[in-house]
Amino acid sequence: MTTLTLSKALNEGLRKALENDPKALIMGEDVGKLGGVFRVTDGLQKDFGEARVIDTPLAESGIIGTAIGLALRGYRPICEIQFDGFVFPAFDQIVTQLAKMRYRSLGTVRLPVTIRIPFGGGIGAVEHHSESPEALFAHTPGLRVVSCGDPADAYTMIQQAAACDDPVMFFEPKRRYWDKAEVDTDSGLAGALPMDSARVLVPGTDVTVLCYGPMVRTCAEAAVAASGDGKSLEVIDLRSLAPLDTETIFASVRKTGRCVVVHEAVVTGGIGAEIAAQVTQECFYSLEAPVLRVGAYTTPYPPSRLEDHYLPDLDRILDAVDRTFAY
Amino acid sequence: MAVKDAGRAARSANRASAREPERQADPAELIQLLTPEGERVEHPDYSLEISADEVKALYRDLVIVRRIDFEAIALQRQGELGIWASLLGQEAAQVGAGRALGARDMAFPTYREHGVAWCRGLDPMKLLELFRGVSHGGWDPTAHNFHLYTIVIGSQTLHATGYAMGIQRDGAVGEGGEAVIAFFGDGATSQGDVNEAFIWASVSNAPIVFFCQNNQWAISEPLERQSRTPLYMRAQGFGFPGVRVDGNDVLACLAVTRKALQAARDGQGPTLIEAFTYRMGAHTTTDDPTRYRLSAELEAWKLKDPIERVKQYLIRTEQAEMSFFDEVDAEAAAVGSRIRAGCQRMPDPTPDSMFDNVLTSETPQLAAERAEFAAYLDSFLAEEGAR
Repeated sequence: MTTLTLSKALNEGLRKALENDPKALIMGEDVGKLGGVFRVTDGLQKDFGEARVIDTPLAESGIIGTAIGLALRGYRPICEIQFDGFVFPAFDQIVTQLAKMRYRSLGTVRLPVTIRIPFGGGIGAVEHHSESPEALFAHTPGLRVVSCGDPADAYTMIQQAAACDDPVMFFEPKRRYWDKAEVDTDSGLAGALPMDSARVLVPGTDVTVLCYGPMVRTCAEAAVAASGDGKSLEVIDLRSLAPLDTETIFASVRKTGRCVVVHEAVVTGGIGAEIAAQVTQECFYSLEAPVLRVGAYTTPYPPSRLEDHYLPDLDRILDAVDRTFAY
Repeated sequence: MAVKDAGRAARSANRASAREPERQADPAELIQLLTPEGERVEHPDYSLEISADEVKALYRDLVIVRRIDFEAIALQRQGELGIWASLLGQEAAQVGAGRALGARDMAFPTYREHGVAWCRGLDPMKLLELFRGVSHGGWDPTAHNFHLYTIVIGSQTLHATGYAMGIQRDGAVGEGGEAVIAFFGDGATSQGDVNEAFIWASVSNAPIVFFCQNNQWAISEPLERQSRTPLYMRAQGFGFPGVRVDGNDVLACLAVTRKALQAARDGQGPTLIEAFTYRMGAHTTTDDPTRYRLSAELEAWKLKDPIERVKQYLIRTEQAEMSFFDEVDAEAAAVGSRIRAGCQRMPDPTPDSMFDNVLTSETPQLAAERAEFAAYLDSFLAEEGAR
């Protein structure tokens, strides 16, 4: 066990991915010499060379388009999109090509491409640097969409994504890059929880609270606060948004009868909406209250001086928990 | 007022004169080895040693490819295909480039490269499957080193460039090296992806040939809506050579593409080839070119037909008997009959196959949807049975 920041855990996981498979590549803007603007790829180009850790031209569509070509040639590119709001020039390549090429080929083609995206707000950034576009990708068949919430998951999940034969959208909670925790870097992936499984982070009995990425820590804190009020929250880190681990979700909701979904993304048409629909359909007779969503309002991301009002926080989560008891 | 009008008139005259030479292509810029009249000419940079049998083989390709196209258009008219993108007029560009490829080279086509597909050995039935709506392509790109058709304009140029970067990482550049060719049209040169592909290929010195078939029209938009400069000249700005070849001259297309591919294999980086040609048919079977272009233009290009000039050359030089042309026609007709019959017999895919190959392993959600769909279909059978 070593204490690592989430950023360093990703770095160690990427290092393992490069060591374990000579076909693994890292590519993106400033990922080489600089080590990435968040230093997630720090030192990797020095150790693995410029052919495997590639500083690309500054064009996101080009990053994903050439990654597809490299994958067709047998490589396993791990791409970095520098910030969430910059993924859109690559949106076409991701949605029309990466997600559909295996289907188009009747399964003759494999596209082991991982796309890392630092996402979410809370760091006082300018526009386009705080967004949560994950639902757009979860809505697209042919992609796996995951997010890590803590350093231990960051370390294993990035390796699982790199080893996966499907395209993986890997969302990293950028405001948690500096969070520290114990990480077991000695044991391999064999015994690790699969990338597409949710994890019960805090067991509880009264309300199921579903979250991922940057909201995992916030929800865990909410569980502590709620227990002071005599409410037992079961916090589940979804980890995978496409596919959703509905088995774990449904089992919890059938037990608690209440469900709150928390994410930074806009609630309209979001992951929470999808979960609410599925939980309502499958757990209807267990529900004591409607499924509630805590997320961003349906506005563009506001200037950062307002982001504390915009982003879900502990109080808004507890408020939603209270409201589920009002029915 | 008068001055203004005069200025306007001069400007529009300039536009007209700027347009004319573009459509005609300056002969000094155009690499040609076989004139429209079928006369063999030499070019200082592109000598081509080619036997009578090899020219006859190219002629055979051209005729068969045109026949496949002809059959496919007819099949669409009869409701057997949903749509077809005709290559009429572009046979020489595609056969010349297609036959320049080595077995280990990789080709990335658009949706109109039926001639290249033929040269790579792909069964034309696979193309008909796509345009019939039976599959989205569904061939194995590694079987013939011919990637799937790409319908989004220009996307494949980046895939080709990435693939070429993979060749570099495999150490397969230099002696016995491999190369990639990316096909695209004049309209695609306005796409960001094509320009990004040029940049990537250039800065990484990737072993790739960008083969642009400038057929003068992007559906209804003429070339001057895409570019004020001849397309091949754009390469210079990206830092690699660009050449313009007579796209209706199969010998010139073969020679120019061969040289560019060899340069790529040798590690000299990318080349842009602009094959100056003409889309003699409609963009697709749903298009009506009479709405946007003059028939005189088409008539002028018919005189530069890519097939007729090879025939004239073979006759003029007495390299082929008349019986040869009859044999080729008969063979083309046989290919036509085969694909016609095959298309008419082609079954629809089974309904539940739409759930296949979304990911490498089926997610529980998709498995549930598949089961739900099967049960839904079965409910009709049960209803039938009950009656």
